[in-house]
Amino acid sequence: MSAEREAIIRVENFTAAYNGQVVLEDVNFEVFTGEIFFILGSSGSGKSTLLKHMIGLYQPAAGKIIIEGHDIAAAQGEERREILRTFGVMYQSGALFGSMTLLENVSLPLEEFTDLPPDAIRLIALIKLKQVGLENYGDLMPSELSGGMQKRGAIARAMALDPRVLFLDELSAGLDPITSAELDELVLRLSRSLKITFVVVTHELPSIFAIADRIIMLDKQVKGIVAIGNPEELRDHSDNPRVRQFFSRKPSPDI
Amino acid sequence: MKENLSASSVRLRTGAVRDGVVAIAIEGRLDSNTTGRIWRQATETVATAKARSVTVDASQVDYCDGSGIALFVHLRNVQREAGGQLEIHGLRPEFQGLLEESDLGDLEQLESQRRPKTNLAEDVGRAVVGFWEDTRSLIGFVGELVSALGRAAMHPKSIRWRDVVRVAETAGVNALPIIVLVSFLMGVIMAFQGAISLRRFGADIFVANLVGLAMLRELGPLMTAIILAGRSGSAFAAELGTMTVREEIDALKTMGLDPVRFLVVTRVIAAVVMTPLLTVFADLLGLIGGAVVMRSFGIPLVTFYHQVQYQVTYGSFVGGLVKSFVFGILVAAIGCLRGLQTTTGASAVGESTTRAVVSGIVLIVITDGIFSVVYFYLNV
Repeated sequence: MSAEREAIIRVENFTAAYNGQVVLEDVNFEVFTGEIFFILGSSGSGKSTLLKHMIGLYQPAAGKIIIEGHDIAAAQGEERREILRTFGVMYQSGALFGSMTLLENVSLPLEEFTDLPPDAIRLIALIKLKQVGLENYGDLMPSELSGGMQKRGAIARAMALDPRVLFLDELSAGLDPITSAELDELVLRLSRSLKITFVVVTHELPSIFAIADRIIMLDKQVKGIVAIGNPEELRDHSDNPRVRQFFSRKPSPDI
Repeated sequence: MKENLSASSVRLRTGAVRDGVVAIAIEGRLDSNTTGRIWRQATETVATAKARSVTVDASQVDYCDGSGIALFVHLRNVQREAGGQLEIHGLRPEFQGLLEESDLGDLEQLESQRRPKTNLAEDVGRAVVGFWEDTRSLIGFVGELVSALGRAAMHPKSIRWRDVVRVAETAGVNALPIIVLVSFLMGVIMAFQGAISLRRFGADIFVANLVGLAMLRELGPLMTAIILAGRSGSAFAAELGTMTVREEIDALKTMGLDPVRFLVVTRVIAAVVMTPLLTVFADLLGLIGGAVVMRSFGIPLVTFYHQVQYQVTYGSFVGGLVKSFVFGILVAAIGCLRGLQTTTGASAVGESTTRAVVSGIVLIVITDGIFSVVYFYLNV
């Protein structure tokens, strides 16, 4: 499969360590252009660590993380800024700036990185907010929004510069099932219409089966990947008991 | 296919107005880098044409992201406001879908959730009510604190002494260097300033009275309290504020633990013990500063010492310590109160910290004024 499709992100021989304690060791995988890629794993398996290295917040102990041909860890100055512009990140808590209104939050990257006139920026920010269903809430401060709304606002901000890759940390955590399903649909739509590549960290099985093209599952003991591939195939055919256990925990239909 | 960004370009072509219809063609790549280049031009073209209908040929648009979509929406709005129509032809289906869901309709109809603007009378009213509420919560807090302190005094074992020692170290011991520095310099400065006038009359020796009285009665306790308000009162507010934001205070409450007993009492006890001690240091260092200056004017240390001993009474020294004792309670209590009053959001903690320092200093100064009057009538 990898021979046919182009990889937008390549993780090569990647090792992550905190204070000499190895969390992930010699991890290799690729994320293909336009796909919806999920990172799964139990708590402490290194999902967030992997994500934070992929977005360049931490330096890998060894190996490379290559986004569109550039090694994000080695890049400096203008090259690094150029790489950072290719992706957007939605943080687990939303991380909207508390001193700005929602609309200002979404406008900020546009004001800082483009030459668009102010009315264009306002319109783009409003469109982004509409895409997440918050177009009527642009004048509110983040503290006046519910947790789910903050998360949707954070997705709007991450999309402000139309990134080619969107990293979503805990997409569905803290959201009601309807909003969660709507967000899944939003991800699917953006992926189809704009060919945005998604890298999502989540535990939500419905999300995984609804929209994931491929997943990797990390494991604490292995300090790396125990499974990679299509979620349905892994659920039905994986010979790894831990993988099967993860997927078979379906919610009971009787309840 | 990998698109080369640097080679991307966009072009706008405008045809003549024919039968009230104007045709525009947009070609190339519409993204956040390129859209800005044709935004104004396109807006002006549509706005000045005053055409009944505008057709946009978008068949040559290779790529169109959010900013490109925004351009189409914008042009449609401009034309709609002018009372005409705008049709977009040939946009690729994947972008067409995005355009349809991006239509905001009439921008003016967007229902803003912001609160309506208030007028001056309402602002004044709110400020007065706010002040009244604040005073009430302050009084309530004082009551809670006194009852918690009373209970702590009855059952000293219930006090978390380990926390008291920790706070006493950070708020007291670690504040010593800055208190020493500031009060030493205060002594030096006062002695110099006093000497300028007094030397003219050959009354240099009275600089000792000035430094001794001013430091022990007033500046020692006052400077110590203000430094503590800035250094430790703010730290208390920030710490308790962050705990409020992170729901740690709620956790304490649901565990059946009283935040005032658990967090405030320890800090108040630590501050009450440390503030008079720091004031003693401040007094001493202020005197040393004065003595150093006097020494440089040729007045021996022993003369300075005797002058201070005979002129400055123990009453002044003890009066200063009593003040610093009260200042310590005020600084710690107001810092904790502002911390507990923190609302949500990142800026809320900063706000509480500011309020802690401002309220702390205001209360210190007011209390100091009250003490001055009381000491005057008591002849201290």
